[in-house]
Amino acid sequence: MSQNILEVKNLSKFFPIKKGLFLRHVADVRAVDYVSFHVRQGETLGLVGESGCGKSTLGRTLIRLYEPTSGSIRFKGEDFLKVRGESLRKMRKDMQMIFQDPYASLDPRMTVGQILTQPFEIHNIMTPSERLERVKQLLETVGLKASHVNRYPHEFSGGQRQRISIARAIALNPSLVIADEPVSALDVSIQAQILNLMKDLQEKLKLTYVFISHDLSVIEHLCDRIAVMYLGKIVEIATRDELFSNPKHPYTQALISAIPRVGEGKKKMKKSLSGEVPSPINPPSGCHFHPRCAHKKDICSQKAPALESVTGNSEHRSACWLTTQGGL
Amino acid sequence: MTTYIVRRMLQTFVVIILLSYVCFYLMTLMPGDPVELMIQSNPKITSADIERLRTLYGLDQPAYKRYANWVSSIVQGDLGYSRTYRVPVSELIGPKLVNTFVLSMSSLLLAILIAVPLGVLCALRAGSKLDYTVNFFAFAGISMPSFWLAIVLIIIFSVTLGWLPAGGTSTIGFEPTGILDGGLDRLKYLILPTLSLAYLSIGSFLRFVRASMMDAMRNDYIRTAKAKGLPRLAVVWKHGFRNALIPLITIIALSFSGVFSGAIITETVFAYQGVGKLVFDSITGNDFNVAMVSFVISVSMVLLMNLIADILYGVADPRISYK
Amino acid sequence: MILPRPFDTHGHPFSEEAVLSDVVLKVKDLETTFFSKAGPFRAVNKISYEIRKGETLGIVGESGCGKSVTSFSLMRLIEKPGQITGGSAVLNGRDLLKLSEPEMQKVRGDEMAMIFQEPMTALNPVLTIGQQIDEQILMHKNVTPAEAKERSIEMLSLVGIPSPAERYTNYPHQLSGGMRQRAMIAMALSCNPTFLIADEPTTALDVTIQAQILELIQTLQEKLNMTVQFITHDLGVISEIADRTLVMYGGQFCEMGNTQEIFKNPLHPYTHALIGSRPRFGNRVQRLTTIEGSVPAPHEYPAGCPFTNRCSRATEQCRMQKPPVQELSPGHQVACFHPMGAR
Repeated sequence: MSQNILEVKNLSKFFPIKKGLFLRHVADVRAVDYVSFHVRQGETLGLVGESGCGKSTLGRTLIRLYEPTSGSIRFKGEDFLKVRGESLRKMRKDMQMIFQDPYASLDPRMTVGQILTQPFEIHNIMTPSERLERVKQLLETVGLKASHVNRYPHEFSGGQRQRISIARAIALNPSLVIADEPVSALDVSIQAQILNLMKDLQEKLKLTYVFISHDLSVIEHLCDRIAVMYLGKIVEIATRDELFSNPKHPYTQALISAIPRVGEGKKKMKKSLSGEVPSPINPPSGCHFHPRCAHKKDICSQKAPALESVTGNSEHRSACWLTTQGGL
Repeated sequence: MTTYIVRRMLQTFVVIILLSYVCFYLMTLMPGDPVELMIQSNPKITSADIERLRTLYGLDQPAYKRYANWVSSIVQGDLGYSRTYRVPVSELIGPKLVNTFVLSMSSLLLAILIAVPLGVLCALRAGSKLDYTVNFFAFAGISMPSFWLAIVLIIIFSVTLGWLPAGGTSTIGFEPTGILDGGLDRLKYLILPTLSLAYLSIGSFLRFVRASMMDAMRNDYIRTAKAKGLPRLAVVWKHGFRNALIPLITIIALSFSGVFSGAIITETVFAYQGVGKLVFDSITGNDFNVAMVSFVISVSMVLLMNLIADILYGVADPRISYK
Repeated sequence: MILPRPFDTHGHPFSEEAVLSDVVLKVKDLETTFFSKAGPFRAVNKISYEIRKGETLGIVGESGCGKSVTSFSLMRLIEKPGQITGGSAVLNGRDLLKLSEPEMQKVRGDEMAMIFQEPMTALNPVLTIGQQIDEQILMHKNVTPAEAKERSIEMLSLVGIPSPAERYTNYPHQLSGGMRQRAMIAMALSCNPTFLIADEPTTALDVTIQAQILELIQTLQEKLNMTVQFITHDLGVISEIADRTLVMYGGQFCEMGNTQEIFKNPLHPYTHALIGSRPRFGNRVQRLTTIEGSVPAPHEYPAGCPFTNRCSRATEQCRMQKPPVQELSPGHQVACFHPMGAR
């Protein structure tokens, strides 16, 4: 069994809400609510969920773009939240992020060459001429031309910009890349190009991905293991095949049944799930999902279920009273 | 909402105190105090007299104490004496403030009345001949020196045509027989300065209305409104302008904050008895009490209008709620 | 119900075909051009199709393919520098492209209605949901404000919005994304349109909410006997909701036919590649098929088939000549010189 590159324990990120004459702290938006999981070396972990489930916040908290409210993150065995100074810089180099919007995440006033040289400047690696060589090489790695180095982001299409973002992310040879909805803003045919590129790079550079997406078809295509999030919590985590063939949590089941199937013909849509995601400021008591759950029991509204192994499979864990108490 | 207003009032109050102190302190740094002026005008003055006068005026005390004294008298309603004119500041400033207020309000209202419909029209016909023509005059207004326009107006309407008086606030020696009579007399004197002031602000208002309206008309809900089959007028005013209004609130509210500050140049050219010239003279002439009072008035107006703008935002835009 | 009208608004008698058949919309050689500084660009280039009563026609394609411009052309909502430069669009016997603007205003929102992608930006943020629906009803129907309000609340409840009387007084931002899209649908359907254009109505929504909205559109379509033109870039959505599908690329017609047939047996190389590039749930492949390159800029299209530069089957003929639309099997049309699986 391969090693864990990332171990996350009880990680949470609350955003305070302040009110009143003196802006007292009255409540929190519980964007990430005591989440634990691990990522193995070389795998792709998918984080999936609907908007507001906290998957993006979790992704950003993982590389400390947001400081966590509590919990621990161990990266390659070291406590990422405790390191300071030089070793923090080293660790940061080793984990990179790709964002959703390739239009907003590249500085429009910088050439592609400048954008891609920046990581080397920040970490003071290589001479300027070596950097330029490396940048050209990077551009070719992500399927662009070395001659593109003096162009500006607006001269590229959305898909090409996302390639530039990817080049920037892999510039410093990281081991972990967190990709936050990297293909959501792109057209279908371009999505395929980027997904293929990400797969190729993973093989070539031995990358580990945390892949955040709302699109289950894309997640299914790319990920080895998948964590399903709902209102700041992981409700189910399992290997891909296990999750899709044997989903335990009613939310996962609803999510899967709501995916439109390509090419299976027109059908009478059935209601997969009624209601909408409640506010993370004042989430429902007990299991956050119980108001929308068709199988809820009394205990569901009283006590929150823990993320526990499903019978007979230590790799498959689900946070649901129905599965922990012997199945549906 | 109330909490928000109270919090903002507190902030405003603190800012006024801080700014007035800073200004007070800066005024004390200015070379030449009233005693020095007395020395210049009276060569026979002795150094004992100087000492006595300084103590009398409190000039020997540190700035913060003098500030505290000044604040306590202001709070009691005593605005002090003008050193230059030797009359109470309230008597000096009061009527001039009214004159300035009338002039600024009338020019501001005129500017809004003209700029808003014209700006909307330009936005709807962006790139047309009308748009270019109006924009040309708007830019001319923005870039034209105010004294020049004022002089041109005087030459045309009072010197050449003789329709309107060239300057002043009311006819000297004229005894109005009623309110209407007096009002009409004042109005004659108001027209030219109002026009010249209004023309200057029309340009910037119009550019702003145009930009804001073009922004609003680009929104998806405009398309929705059209898709509903609404006639053009309803689309433009009910859906477009209603939204374009929101950013306009700031610029208009901030313009209102200037209604008591006066316009030195325009007031000077038209010999209009406003507060602008007075404030200018008070600062250059070291007329401490007059300068401080007018300073506090203008700072308070800016802050107050900002507060009003923020409250109006909440009224105009349901998405904004103050808690 | 479509009332058979013997004469259109210009006093011309209807064509016999239109009266007798159940075709609700017949678009012929529709052409919409944008006159930009770089020269004119045909965003919609001679598109023809028809939709039958009660049917859902899906129009699918990537950004810039002209699917939205087609819809806006039908609504006559093309703004400068765009202009409809040719063709006809006959809705219930009347050519929409020949109506005067006041006549068109009477049709928009009444006989034909449209719902949009972003329910947040498509609703006016400073007016209440109620004001926005009432406005449309008052525009088209001869009712009092009180009756309009009653109708609005009835519509809100029809689209499944809980406590509709309260929502009536809410502003758009006070509703969730799914509820806003429901309100948008309530508004579009408030005057009983016979023809509904849905422009990516679920793209901005989460997948479970998307399923709810699709279900709602289907249910209402049956209940109100509507004809629907459904525009999306999502192959999954199109295959679940559309009876027939039109695939567009670069403003041109690629392929049209029964939806299931198109997915099973795509004839146009673009359709084929598009289907292959989408990860298909429960149908995993190691690598996705890709379409090389990206959609060209408006002025970079070749004179012939717009897909030429990205097509593996393209020949010199494709570059120079526009392929004609041909019906290869009953009801399955394609515009390609070298269709897939050609016999």
